Amino acid sequence: MLQLISLLVENKPGALMRVTGVLSARGYNIESLTVARTLDPELSRMTIQAEVEAAIRPLVIKQIQRLVNVVQAVDLTDTQAVCRELMLVKVRVSDEMRAALLKEAEVFRARVVDAAPGAYTLEATGASEKLDAFLEMMRTYGEIEVIRSGAMAMPRSTKENKRVTTKGKDLRKVSV
Amino acid sequence: MVMKGARIVLEALAREGCEVIFGYPGGVTLPIYDSLYDHHIRHILVRHEENACFAAEGYARSTGKVGVCMATSGPGATNLVTGLVDALMDSIPVVAITGQVPQNLIGRDAFQEADTFGITRSCTKHNYLVKDVNDLARSIHEAFHIASTGRPGPVLVDITKDVLLSQGMYHAPGPIHLRGYKVSLEGHAGQIKRAAQMIWEAERPYVYAGGGIVASGAAEELREFAEVLEAPVAETLMGLGSLASEHPHCIGLLGMHGSYAANMGISNADLLIALGVRFDDRVTGRLEAFARHAKVVHVDIDPAEIGKNRHADLPIVGDVKHVLGRLNKLLAETKGTEGRAKAQARARWMEQTREWRQLHPFSTAYSDTEIKPQFLVREIDRVLGGNAILSADVGQHQMWAAQYVRFKRPRQWINSGGLGAMGFGLPAAIGAQCGNPDKLVFALIGDGGFQMSLPELSTIASYGLPIKIVVMNNGCLGMIRQWQELFYNKRYCAMELDSFPNCELLAAAFGMKGRTIDKPQQVAEALHEAIEEPGPYLLNVKVTPEENVYPMVPAGGAVNEMILDTPAPVEVGD
Repeated sequence: MLQLISLLVENKPGALMRVTGVLSARGYNIESLTVARTLDPELSRMTIQAEVEAAIRPLVIKQIQRLVNVVQAVDLTDTQAVCRELMLVKVRVSDEMRAALLKEAEVFRARVVDAAPGAYTLEATGASEKLDAFLEMMRTYGEIEVIRSGAMAMPRSTKENKRVTTKGKDLRKVSV
Repeated sequence: MVMKGARIVLEALAREGCEVIFGYPGGVTLPIYDSLYDHHIRHILVRHEENACFAAEGYARSTGKVGVCMATSGPGATNLVTGLVDALMDSIPVVAITGQVPQNLIGRDAFQEADTFGITRSCTKHNYLVKDVNDLARSIHEAFHIASTGRPGPVLVDITKDVLLSQGMYHAPGPIHLRGYKVSLEGHAGQIKRAAQMIWEAERPYVYAGGGIVASGAAEELREFAEVLEAPVAETLMGLGSLASEHPHCIGLLGMHGSYAANMGISNADLLIALGVRFDDRVTGRLEAFARHAKVVHVDIDPAEIGKNRHADLPIVGDVKHVLGRLNKLLAETKGTEGRAKAQARARWMEQTREWRQLHPFSTAYSDTEIKPQFLVREIDRVLGGNAILSADVGQHQMWAAQYVRFKRPRQWINSGGLGAMGFGLPAAIGAQCGNPDKLVFALIGDGGFQMSLPELSTIASYGLPIKIVVMNNGCLGMIRQWQELFYNKRYCAMELDSFPNCELLAAAFGMKGRTIDKPQQVAEALHEAIEEPGPYLLNVKVTPEENVYPMVPAGGAVNEMILDTPAPVEVGD
């Protein structure tokens, strides 16, 4: 199982490298990584999925948290978190199958973002497993090209998650 | 105040209390050197940038202040790397200033360009690349703040040449606030209370004291703690001197070359009180067998150290000085409430550790005809009487010094602990002498490490630093020889150092006194001669090469399974 890490990081040059360095120095592969600015322009939110043995996970979190640019580091692996991914799929589809494809896409709530003769580009969001299933379905219509964003995760506002705190702050109170 | 970037650097350094910079100039740092021309900060021109960082460490380790080193872009900066990692491993506060090529040349493979910011990221606690003169002062003040607070460490500030040349405002810094950097000093009151309970419940408590005691200045608190508790105190390589070696509770070094008493103690203790330590593999040996009967109370300022190598039954994140201060108070209030049985058990335990000390003290090897290395170190200890700063290099001599030399207080013992960087001892002594001009500074170095740092004799001569250099010369890389003897069937390879320069001529070439000795009767007299010499002194001591450091826990072994002496020869079948 992948470790799911959510970070609040100062939006500064080198901050990303410092974080990924903690993982790469141990030879851990990063499966996905998303970064973007938060409401506070000085901070970025990162979501990382990496192959880390369960026993080492708390140490990885502490070593990332120790970095001067990291405001908050949380392990969401075994917590209740909303986890979503964005995917773009281009499907080369024959004329007679176009209608069927659109219907199928609707089942997965995917939207057409580009249409051209012989191909559709679809946008889908959801849990990674749902996107995997959608891809399998799309393959049956023709050749596909895919880009995935990697997971973005946000802890659910539950009583249990109140305990997910770092550096003395309640995760939910940092509203960025 | 408007001034040039280069001047801002010095202004900020001066305001941080920097008295001396260990450095080496280069093209892009010339603006700083131009400002240094008429500035009160002293600059020590070392002969290699690696030694600039080691010297800054020697200064920091011996004074407790932040050490400052400076190097130019490209090769200057890359040469700092070993020193930075060394400071990171041993948690030593160092600020390194490096020049970078002008911004418009970055990324264009300019002359002497290297990605210093990228290269040193994992070698430092934090680093900066300054591309705007208005960020310069703040970056340097933050660097000092980060280097010297929490768990100390090296911080590098890389400054582009155009920033050094442009005009900017110098603002005196307000209180520094970094969003991602919080240090908790106090320690959780409830946890400290629980620690006190655990301590009184223990029958065989054992104190494992490390570099954190030195870093936080908690020596006095440690002494009080040991006395209230009446428990043995073992010290790590980084913790030597945190409790005076002569103190009746001090049982010396623990770990791979630790004392029999320290290693037996930790293997039999029922409570391990770990203070400012990181359960390094050279201390623990095989982790599963380490302190297997003990519950662990672990006090450290770095939360990432808690549970890293050994599970802590009771973690306390905080500054060990604060935590011990409060713990001592609690213990003093509650002493006697634990009951007679416990107190008696603890007394028996203390008695047991004393017996272990007598059973297997460190080797007293002596010969009438040749100088045993152990004898040399014992003589150094006897002559210094715990009154000097001793800087060691890395290898057998370092381990013997750690075993035999007594210290009265922290910061007398300077060595490369975690990284084990050969070539450290001599430049570190330079830094220590610069920070302690009135103190006697000894550098005890092997013939291998000495030849790594040989160019620094020139620095010592230039500045007339009265360092007493003792080369423990066994004509080989002693620790390599020892491992090849014990673990590689005596297949000696690449360990001989058979051409050592003539010491008298070498010293004379640098205008200093030098002497070679090879008889045990000469040792004390030569050491006195070195001490009485007002300037630097190079003493080359030829010692028996075939001597091993014992006790020894083979790498990956359990600490109580020590090799106490050279094993009887084993027939190797063909």
